[in-house]
Amino acid sequence: MERPSWASDDVDIEHASPARVYDYYLGGSHNFAVDRLMARQAMELWPELPLIMQANRAFLRRSVRYLVRQGITQFLDIGSGIPTEGNVHEVAQAIAPDARVVYVDVDPVAAAHSRAILFANQHADVVQADLRDVAAIFDDPRARRLLDPTQPIGVLMVAMLHFVPDKAEPASIVARYRKMMPPGSFLVVSHATHEGRPDQAGSHTELYRRAGAPLTMRSRLEVAALLDGFDLVAPGVVFLPLWRPDSPADVDDHPERFTGFAAVGRCG
Amino acid sequence: MTHADYEAFAQRWTEAIVGSSYVSMGRRALAKHLLDLTYQLVEGFLAAEFDPSVGREVGVAMVAGHFTGTGTLKETLALIAEWLPGLLASAPPGVDVTGRVAQLVGSLAAGYASALRERSLDEQDAIYRAGLRARRQAEQALAASEAKFRAMFTEAKLGIGIGDLKGNITDANPALQQMFGYSREEFTQLNVSAMVHPEDAESVWEVYVELVRGERDHFRTEKRFTTRDGGEIWTDLTVSLVRDEGGEPAYQVALLEDVSERRRMQERLQYQAYHDPLTALANRQMVTERLEQIFAGPASRRRVGLCFLDLDGFKVVNDSLGHHVGDQLLKTVASRLTSCCGPEQLVARMGGDEFLIIVEDTAGEADMAALADKILSAMAAPVRVDDHSLTVRTSIGVVERPVADTNPADLIQAADITMYQAKAGGKARYAMFDQNRNDSEVASFTLSATMLAAVASGEFFVVYQPLVGLVEGALRGVEALVRWRHPTLGVLGPERFIGLAEESGAIVQLGHWVLARACEQARAWRNAFGDAAPLVSVNLAPRQLHEPSLVADVTKILADNELEPSSLQLELTEQSLMGDEAGPLSALTKLHGMGVRMALDDFGDGYWNLPDLRRLPLRELKLAGSFAAGLQSPCNLVDQRIVRALVDLAHALDLTVTAEGIETLTQCESFQALGCDTGQGAWFGLPGTPELIDALLLGAVPLGNREAL
Repeated sequence: MERPSWASDDVDIEHASPARVYDYYLGGSHNFAVDRLMARQAMELWPELPLIMQANRAFLRRSVRYLVRQGITQFLDIGSGIPTEGNVHEVAQAIAPDARVVYVDVDPVAAAHSRAILFANQHADVVQADLRDVAAIFDDPRARRLLDPTQPIGVLMVAMLHFVPDKAEPASIVARYRKMMPPGSFLVVSHATHEGRPDQAGSHTELYRRAGAPLTMRSRLEVAALLDGFDLVAPGVVFLPLWRPDSPADVDDHPERFTGFAAVGRCG
Repeated sequence: MTHADYEAFAQRWTEAIVGSSYVSMGRRALAKHLLDLTYQLVEGFLAAEFDPSVGREVGVAMVAGHFTGTGTLKETLALIAEWLPGLLASAPPGVDVTGRVAQLVGSLAAGYASALRERSLDEQDAIYRAGLRARRQAEQALAASEAKFRAMFTEAKLGIGIGDLKGNITDANPALQQMFGYSREEFTQLNVSAMVHPEDAESVWEVYVELVRGERDHFRTEKRFTTRDGGEIWTDLTVSLVRDEGGEPAYQVALLEDVSERRRMQERLQYQAYHDPLTALANRQMVTERLEQIFAGPASRRRVGLCFLDLDGFKVVNDSLGHHVGDQLLKTVASRLTSCCGPEQLVARMGGDEFLIIVEDTAGEADMAALADKILSAMAAPVRVDDHSLTVRTSIGVVERPVADTNPADLIQAADITMYQAKAGGKARYAMFDQNRNDSEVASFTLSATMLAAVASGEFFVVYQPLVGLVEGALRGVEALVRWRHPTLGVLGPERFIGLAEESGAIVQLGHWVLARACEQARAWRNAFGDAAPLVSVNLAPRQLHEPSLVADVTKILADNELEPSSLQLELTEQSLMGDEAGPLSALTKLHGMGVRMALDDFGDGYWNLPDLRRLPLRELKLAGSFAAGLQSPCNLVDQRIVRALVDLAHALDLTVTAEGIETLTQCESFQALGCDTGQGAWFGLPGTPELIDALLLGAVPLGNREAL
């Protein structure tokens, strides 16, 4: 039976949540034993995972700064997870103090925690929703309070879309967001890939599948296809550290070790 | 120690720890941050009053900067131990570099550990709080949704029942309680299986079983239920299966809307469409559909029977006693018919006083004959309506035949025709369908139906039979007789169609046409032969006598043909003069007054009413052919005396006498001897064309030449 729309999901802390596992990778303690167990298992298979997550987080920071410099002052961060160092609103508000950020996460714990942290911040709020409920997200009163639908917006799907299997048609979900984004808006995407380290991709996928958060790795072309309808900002779809690094020194000698693609697209 | 030394140390530090912790800064910002810490460290180290807590502050600052990776501390401590002493070559004398480094490192590690512990505990605390908060919110949302559901359940006009998979009812909302009259507690004692209605379609329970087995998720149907007080309600029922999170059937929810009123309305409309409101019997529509059903099934060797009933003289009851009495009579007849029939037999009122009974799967005509007898005896007792005791007489047409040999329309028509035969046979009886009789009646019906068109299209023609004076043997007149040259049946005599024409009323038009045609011919003879032209005698049917326009019509036809009224004779039958009505007599009197001769035809065949002969304006008596037959034998004295007495009587009344049916010389001579004035019959000539009469008048052929026809 389909759950009625007014019935809430149960809070499930018996299973690892991608948001809390991610927090653990980043050295945070906003996680439970199940999350840490899952993360340690993954790191045994793939010791670079914390590095990759750091690179992903660094890409998020760079892309937000880039967007603010392009004049974007409102952000919708889909799959925002557990707030940690270098949150979108901190990065954005450091440059543009009136920048507004709406975080979206389906994990009720992540949402509750974010809400507690953002309690005093007039320019940031949290919506608990599924990525696919596009209309519900834009219609949420918290989102409507902060986001001006007539102004360009930065939509962030950082380390998000690889949790959407092909059968859920991620491209059509992205397209639904695109229709809500005024011209001049940006979409920021980072996405796990098997390109670079095909040897480890299979076991990693299996681990997430067992944890109840199946992971779909995608190729560069597939990631590019998800940004269909957007104008790709240079340098296009690249490994995480290669997207507009702060300095050449920040780029590792083997960027392909960071098995994720980064890309930013602009609405024409 | 130069600034470059500091920068070199910070750079080395950056290289050592980069990647070991997630910090929200790029490498350049990281190096800058570490340079600040380096200054802090070195300045604390070189202070005159050495305070190892500077190490602690740096450790705390590192945790605050999210240098939380354990590798970071290790690399940092190793770096300080290895490189800081080299940087402190310029340390003031007396400073125990090694001792201070050891204290600094220890203090930094302690500060770091303590700050990291605090931070971890804070974060753990925060995330547990968040977990609790999220759970509480989810519970609140669930409670709110349950409250919404409960409100919906309680307030709904729709009946809602919840049951487990064994059919035990676990909850029922107020609407359902009201619908059935059970309280919630009584409902929870009930099982769905107790809700069977005797007339439930089997399929309802089949799909129900599929549902509780998890083979289907819902079904919808219209179903009857018995309420607590034994009443019956019709519901629009939807039953849905609710599954648990694992997809296994968990319980069932039934939604019921009371549609009894709508059903009752439908049933009433349905009933009205198929029943006669007065008698509550089936109506013609039901008969049509029942017969269609019977004939739609496999015919094999099945037989079917019909009784078609008509009340004799019902119109009189209605007209004389009023419709109220008529209606009561029909209701009584209906109930008597119903009592004669079994539940499998359909009794219908076809309209007016006509009833029909359909009997399926009869064994033969005997079954139907028995039923017809039963009906006749059931009708025998008088019917009491108000103060009237009415005798019911019915005529019944019965038909019984194999289904394969017929169809509904033919079957009803056969029963209908047979009913008229029963009526014609004397009423208050039944007639069994007779194929031959039916064929001839169908043929008659066809003739009757096409007659008027045949008059118009000239299929009728008139022949003339000589009327000969018995004294002088001369042609005195002719009787005009009508024939029908039918396109398929050949020439038909009056015995084939006059009766039909009288029944249908076509006799009026046909008679008028014959009269007009005969008068035209009379004109033609008068033109050709002057005063030698024969009298033309035309038959006048009883119906024609009742036509108000008869006198005017005759007058006009005579005028059109410029004929003297005395050249026309009209032959009437006794039958047409019976009755008390004034119209016919008045018409006759007028025609007589004009000078038209009136003849009484076929005298002696019916009831003789001798006083009538005096009362009526007659000029001639035509003796029926039966007298001629009686006079064939010369020694039949009785007939001779009767004829003589009749002739004498006629003459006494100043009537001439014509003898019909003279076929032999003996008959001719007998009538002559008895004083008859005129003779008619084969002896003098059969009916023939006007040209034959022409030839007779011209003397071209002799009278009595039978070859002429």
